[in-house]
Amino acid sequence: MIRFESVSFRYRADAPLALDDVCVTLEAGEVVAVVGANGSGKSTLARLCDGLLEPTSGRVLVDGIDTAAPESLWDVRSMVGMVFQDPDDQIVGTVVEEDCAFGPENIGVPSAEIRVRVDSSLAAVGLQGLERREPHLLSEGQKQRLAVAGALAMRPRYLVFDEPTAMLDPAGRRAVLEITERLARAEGHGVLVVSHDITGIARADRVIGLDSGRVVFDGGPDGLLGDAGMMALLGLALSPAARLAAALRERGLDVPLSAADAESLVASLWR
Amino acid sequence: MALILDDIVCEYATGTALAAVALDAVSLTLSRGDLVVVLGPTGSGKTTLLRAAAGLLSVSRGRVEIDGLPASGRGSARGAVGLLFQRPESQFFSLSVAEDCAFGPRNLGRTPDEALEDARDALSAVGLDPVTFGPREPWSLSGGEARRAAFAGVLAMHPRYLLLDEPTAGLDAEGRRSVCEAIESARAGAGVLVVTHDAEMFLDSADRVLVLRAGRPVFDGDVPALLEALPRLSEAGDVDPPEVPRALMLARERGLLAPGTLTLDIDRAAALIAEGLSSGGARS
Amino acid sequence: MSRMSGIGQYVPGDSSVHRLDAAAKIGVVAAFTVALFVVRGFAGLAALGAVVAAAIAISRVPVRAVARGLRAVGFIMVVTIVFNMVRWQPTEALVRLGPLAIDGAGLRMGLFFAARILLLVTGTSLLTLTTSPVQLAGGIERVLAPLKRVRVPVGDLAMTLTIALRFIPTTAEEAEQIMTAQQARGASFDAGGPIARARAYAPVLVPLFFQLFRRADALATAMEARCYRGSEGRTRLVESRMGTADWVAMLVSGGVVIAVGVLL
Repeated sequence: MIRFESVSFRYRADAPLALDDVCVTLEAGEVVAVVGANGSGKSTLARLCDGLLEPTSGRVLVDGIDTAAPESLWDVRSMVGMVFQDPDDQIVGTVVEEDCAFGPENIGVPSAEIRVRVDSSLAAVGLQGLERREPHLLSEGQKQRLAVAGALAMRPRYLVFDEPTAMLDPAGRRAVLEITERLARAEGHGVLVVSHDITGIARADRVIGLDSGRVVFDGGPDGLLGDAGMMALLGLALSPAARLAAALRERGLDVPLSAADAESLVASLWR
Repeated sequence: MALILDDIVCEYATGTALAAVALDAVSLTLSRGDLVVVLGPTGSGKTTLLRAAAGLLSVSRGRVEIDGLPASGRGSARGAVGLLFQRPESQFFSLSVAEDCAFGPRNLGRTPDEALEDARDALSAVGLDPVTFGPREPWSLSGGEARRAAFAGVLAMHPRYLLLDEPTAGLDAEGRRSVCEAIESARAGAGVLVVTHDAEMFLDSADRVLVLRAGRPVFDGDVPALLEALPRLSEAGDVDPPEVPRALMLARERGLLAPGTLTLDIDRAAALIAEGLSSGGARS
Repeated sequence: MSRMSGIGQYVPGDSSVHRLDAAAKIGVVAAFTVALFVVRGFAGLAALGAVVAAAIAISRVPVRAVARGLRAVGFIMVVTIVFNMVRWQPTEALVRLGPLAIDGAGLRMGLFFAARILLLVTGTSLLTLTTSPVQLAGGIERVLAPLKRVRVPVGDLAMTLTIALRFIPTTAEEAEQIMTAQQARGASFDAGGPIARARAYAPVLVPLFFQLFRRADALATAMEARCYRGSEGRTRLVESRMGTADWVAMLVSGGVVIAVGVLL
């Protein structure tokens, strides 16, 4: 489990608190969405998960290990994989497989084992067959899946995604969303996703809402999607499918709040 | 008076072994006040189309004409076309938003004062108060603000035609809405051509839609006709259907709705689904 | 796209030249370069030229890709020939042009130097044409490995080189896009004197550098998150080590070119 114990953080001594007394958890096998308007502290929270930032006060524990302890920092980083918004900012290798191997190489995994990990990670994100492709010849969606594979090759227990779909087209967005869900549900990773994407939020197990560095919501997606005031506070707008679901509820049909994309909406009506 | 692409063909690497056709027999007419939306998957030639329309790319067949003048070369309609690239906020270079917006008008020969005046008007037009935002550093703006400031930099040149490449990509819901409002208000004085994956945001107000696949037009018509063709286009992977018609298509697959009833309107879609459920009764 | 495929850019392949270890190839090219500078006559150059031609044939790299590199040095070659052959006081005048003359000995010398430049560029570009940038960086790292003993951070330098290579196409695309965008806003890059022209590039260079610094920062964070902490203790997906075949290939081909250089 990743546990935030009363975590506060500021970037400079004279800056306001970016996170203010945050207590949250992420369990293995669950998908937690982190939402909030620009500057609410979402990305800060993500970067605290693997010790890229250290709490100003409080503690972040990854399976009981304090991320601020210098001697275990690299253990923590190999336990928590990170994927950022812009795929081009995180691809280091000049061909796909070399990039995927970068993490395991850094922690001294033997060559033969790296090969096994690279092959299975690329297969897990559907990039098999593109091992020798140069990154700039990949689509944005493929680049982002490569970033996911690079994180997976570290064999992490937790995966933290910082707005992974913001720069992708709808098809790329759906592919990355499916991969994140499968990693949690089928492979038992704990997945934390910072996102604006209502479809992803509605399908999460739990949602953490941040406003000016404070946790203002922590609960299931239904509770959030049904609360117009909270949605506005967190800078979220209902997707057209969610608005269609609301219109159907007004007509007396039994559509759950979590039906925020076309598939789950129709699936809930024709079970 | 219009921007006209007449049966154009564009090739890359003409005359070499790598030669590839990027656009093949594409025609399009953009009049003032029009919103034309170009859809198609990545690599279908959408961006090439914009560059050709702006006269930045020579066509190997057909012609590109702006208000009766050729788009490129001598005597071309300079300044008539405003072009906004993907992620235009990566092109800021001045220390203030207003100065950056004044760059275009300055290049058109306006005096510094006139150019700043143009910049301020353009900032107001995209919903950014010039007094607040004009003096700010471009890099300090939020995603949606930066995108609109870049848009203002194009509007400040008073183009008669606006060519926009993925204007909403990478923005959150609020940013997308603010950019769409800015585009809608710019439409009063210009014809707008939008190349996008974001069918959701633009179809409501589009006059005409062009769908490209591998450089060829596979659909050309108005929005009702597009909705008619949507199942075919979606199946072929040419268009990612907006959520509402997508829900109707999925419902139709379950056998409940009569064909030919796709819509973008939420209330109408809800009525169709409710009606279908009560009459069909296929619900278990 | 054609603008971006630069000189000597890697052409993937599976020939024995491609498969030869990068460090071995660097060794051969070094020997070849030495040979080029000790060779005394046209016979030697011809022999070395034959070696390069054979290597190109074996590598199956398109001749067009090799020729692209030569276009860039064509001007230098022409200048070399012209400056050597045109003299005030010719020793063997071939053609007289007023006070000047084309000198036979000078012409031969010019051709000799030009051919040397030609072979030097062809040889070295064959190295980059047949070696992926990462293999090349790895090869350089191993060739320079002895310097680690005197505390030169060879591994980190090789990593820096790899990343630079990775971002060349991305940055070229960005530069092209920013330039087109500013052109669309009426900027022109070829009007006025040198100062005006340099100034015209500010709207391209400022955002490009801004973007590069932002990216460098983000990339550093991403690398840290992926446990990069210097080259100490790193392993490799493909551990390259010089095999017997690589040693043999390097020593034989290196020996041949040196012999050619010394004898001819």
